Amino acid sequence: MNAYEGLVDTGEERHWAFGTGFTAALSGVDRALPAEVDTEDLTAYCLMLGDDALILSQRLAEWCSRAPELEEDVALANIALDLLGQARLLLTRAAEADGVACDEDTLAFTRDEHEFRNVRLVEIDCGPGPGGDFAATIARLLVFSTYRLALLQRLTGSRDPVLAAVAAKGVKEVAYHRDHAAQWTLRLAGGTEFSRERMVAGLERVWPFVDELFAPHPVEARLPGIAVDSATLRAEVDEVLDTVFAAASLARPEVSPLATVAGRGGRDGVHTEAMGYLLAEMQHVHRSMPGATW
Amino acid sequence: MELEHEFERVVAADHRVEPRDWMPDGYRRTLIRQIAQHAHSEIIGMQPEGNWISRAPSLRRKAILLAKVQDEAGHGLYLYAAAETLGADREDLTAKLVEGRQKYSSIFNYPTLTFADVGVIGWLVDGAAIVNQVPLCRTSYGPYARAMIRVCKEESFHQRQGYELLLTMMRGTQAQRDMVQRSVDRWWWPSLMMFGPPDTESTNTEQSMKWRIKRHTNDELRQKFVDMTVPQAEKLGVTLPDPDLRWNAERGHHDFGEIDWAEFWQVVGGDGPCNAQRIAHRRKAHEDGAWVREAAAAYAAKKSGEEQVA
Ligand SMILES: [Fe+2]
Ligand SMILES: [Fe+2]
Repeated sequence: MNAYEGLVDTGEERHWAFGTGFTAALSGVDRALPAEVDTEDLTAYCLMLGDDALILSQRLAEWCSRAPELEEDVALANIALDLLGQARLLLTRAAEADGVACDEDTLAFTRDEHEFRNVRLVEIDCGPGPGGDFAATIARLLVFSTYRLALLQRLTGSRDPVLAAVAAKGVKEVAYHRDHAAQWTLRLAGGTEFSRERMVAGLERVWPFVDELFAPHPVEARLPGIAVDSATLRAEVDEVLDTVFAAASLARPEVSPLATVAGRGGRDGVHTEAMGYLLAEMQHVHRSMPGATW
Repeated sequence: MELEHEFERVVAADHRVEPRDWMPDGYRRTLIRQIAQHAHSEIIGMQPEGNWISRAPSLRRKAILLAKVQDEAGHGLYLYAAAETLGADREDLTAKLVEGRQKYSSIFNYPTLTFADVGVIGWLVDGAAIVNQVPLCRTSYGPYARAMIRVCKEESFHQRQGYELLLTMMRGTQAQRDMVQRSVDRWWWPSLMMFGPPDTESTNTEQSMKWRIKRHTNDELRQKFVDMTVPQAEKLGVTLPDPDLRWNAERGHHDFGEIDWAEFWQVVGGDGPCNAQRIAHRRKAHEDGAWVREAAAAYAAKKSGEEQVA
């Protein structure tokens, strides 16, 4: 009858806003670790995929209250929430595989920069900060979601039942992300002269980070049947992007890939200078109140 | 005359006025102003809590907060849509907001200084919003009433989330309990101000009550809020910062201290701690996004042109 009823009685776990009931999302999935798996490798692999989602979610959430229109505020928040949900499942799996007493929050908030395994593409500022704008954000989302959709589709057949289930859930979400980015790419490329310039510049901003997505990694190679070999995704991703570029009358950017550092990139914990600031902000409250419960 | 009688009959019978019905100009103007202010409040309200999304101390809290702030954008959308049924235009209302010609709830001109503020805003600010808005679910204008039913459901969810965060923090470390108490100290009085000036000084109330846009006076709603909140504060273990707050058995209500109306009018008048910052933030987002909206419009126009040719 009144909106206050039941407020004081908070003993039960209520249905929270979506994105938080993540254990229910995978209920019934066998959580036993697959036979003959190197748990250190499985942990590392879950962190790679989980950190990609977590860090891009952190970046996309920066648009909240800053988007070009309200509908877009809602849409970008939705995408950020989907990715955050995926990150939570994957970090939880990483914690399980690791076997040490830790959880998603320990992994998200107490690891140092060199322990994060995300690709550099997701951590750079593509707007609303000075490093980009809405077009650069869309360009990154287009590239990343095309890559991640191809990856998750293959991962649905993983020998790890949890990774397979996370992938099956994620495929539907990321298909929407890719579609959203593709539609905006068409609009911006085909809108005004100015928006077309911005879209071209946005693609140029993110293109140096694309090769890293497909660099084969030893962790993947050591997890046959469980992980996806990134190198095998390139053809499909190229084809999808070329289709979008053709529809938008855009040329594939002619920008050289960014070098690694002594052979090591994001997947090995070597990041861009932007990453330290991102983590400082993300981890600050958690780290400054030791022993707190949230 | 006939139309006016029909309108009055509909309102008096507690039926809903619908967009195509005849209505007095003053009724339409009052509603547009109120619904627009309400929509602006939802949108400006995204900022104080949005301030903590990037720093939320657990992934679950981050998800809850992001979902909540996203809900507020949704509330803004429903309400702008309701205003548009009265002939208003979202772009025009947004221009009025960023030029400071239309107001929004003053509560959002206060700063969020710690993560506890996320919980306290959910508990007190969403809580006060619910007390204000539940009667609006029966307001005389149909589209507004229907929007409010949806909004109120979601606000009560927000309130619950905020309160649950505070309960969790109060069971945590002493540093967390102190953080919650300091936050309550800062938000209590501004929350009471959310019900507007005292009835003796409220200019809009009488006509709005007659038109059944409004159903209770500011002071009635404020009292209701205090009476509901006191037991919740006790259960939480925080002290509400008012030495005059006590149960009055004779009235059957809590007595409470005098609100600092000078601060209220100062904030309403534009000199609150964050007024300029909130408007500048909204204006920047709107201006930075102009080329994107233009591109979308140009693209849509080209597409519909192509379809007509084809
Ligand atoms: Fe709201
Ligand atoms: Fe709310």
